Amino acid sequence: MALNILNPGLSTSIQDLGRPGYFHLGIPIGGAMDRFAMRVANMLVGNAEDAAGLEAVFMGPEITFTEDTLIAITGAELPVMLDGVEQNTWTAIAVKKGQTLSFGFLQSGARIYIAVSGGIDTPEALGSRSTYPIGALGGVEGRNVAAGDVLPLGKSGPGKTGATVAPAHRRMPGNPAVLRMVKGLYWHRLTDASGEQFLNDEWKVAPEADRMGYRFRGGKPLEFVDREQPFGAGSDPSNIVDGCYSYGSIQVPGGTEPIVLHRDAVSGGGYFTLGAIISADMDYIGQLQPHTPVKFKAVSMEDALAARKERHQLLDQIRGSLA
Amino acid sequence: MTDIQSPLPGTFYLTPSPGEPAYKSKGDTVSEGDVIGLIEVMKTFIEVKATDAGTFDSYVVENEQPVQAGQVIAKLS
Repeated sequence: MALNILNPGLSTSIQDLGRPGYFHLGIPIGGAMDRFAMRVANMLVGNAEDAAGLEAVFMGPEITFTEDTLIAITGAELPVMLDGVEQNTWTAIAVKKGQTLSFGFLQSGARIYIAVSGGIDTPEALGSRSTYPIGALGGVEGRNVAAGDVLPLGKSGPGKTGATVAPAHRRMPGNPAVLRMVKGLYWHRLTDASGEQFLNDEWKVAPEADRMGYRFRGGKPLEFVDREQPFGAGSDPSNIVDGCYSYGSIQVPGGTEPIVLHRDAVSGGGYFTLGAIISADMDYIGQLQPHTPVKFKAVSMEDALAARKERHQLLDQIRGSLA
Repeated sequence: MTDIQSPLPGTFYLTPSPGEPAYKSKGDTVSEGDVIGLIEVMKTFIEVKATDAGTFDSYVVENEQPVQAGQVIAKLS
């Protein structure tokens, strides 16, 4: 049983929930940019939630199937076609041997997740099948999928055709998107007025945003509290003595364009980070198209943990509804 | 009239590089697969190709304008 890739789309990669545990060695956590959508796609076809599927950005791939199977498409909204006949998203779809899966133009969101019964069964690298092309880890021999690839599948589990997720449970960002953040260790480097300005400004997703980082522009340049740069830090006021970056941390090189570090980010460097996006909102970033307006909202650690719990409860509700 | 749509969201360019003329101008013959413009997204430039043959009429978006997937960017007559 396998998937044949006829056309890979723009940048389609094998992803699962990632490979945490190696970030201190510079190996990013990787995995789906919208792990919520990846988990739900797997649930719909009866896979373990950490099974590997496909992540496609802005454009869908074209795929044929060598046997009858069950698939589900979650995440961004776009027309899903099986031999040209439109299918429902967020729903388990029965596929016949030889049928072709294709997609229309993206309508909302940025990334779709394709789960197939049994999961994609390429070899694991450091405990994950997620693709990290820069490090040539996971995926198809360390790269994104390409036309002509034949992707092996694992053994099918229980999934039911027609299983679906209620529209209210399809978690996607608003427009403008509100990204909640907790202020970080270096927030004090900003003047009070500049910190306030950062939170009041409307930012827009820059077209270069990718799996490493999401860049935003359109807000006012930051103003820093004067200081003599410490030994080992670069001369720009946005420089620090090299430090660790967390998943979700917001760095602002030169004080002009914030970058939220995402699944394939570097683990450290010499830019100050003014805070971190809360874990519950990182999946939203994976669904932002270029030029989408965004506001950053400062919240407390308690709020961040409550939001994380809420997202876990939503996943529990979906698990319950599909059981 | 036939529409050419952008296959993906990003920033649209109607010239191959700054200072050069646009890929197509009014009256040009267009064959299926001809490059009409570029979309910049994720640090990559992707060629937008004509999906039909015809005669080029006009661009309906400006150079460096943000576009959505499916947005009409040019018309053939």
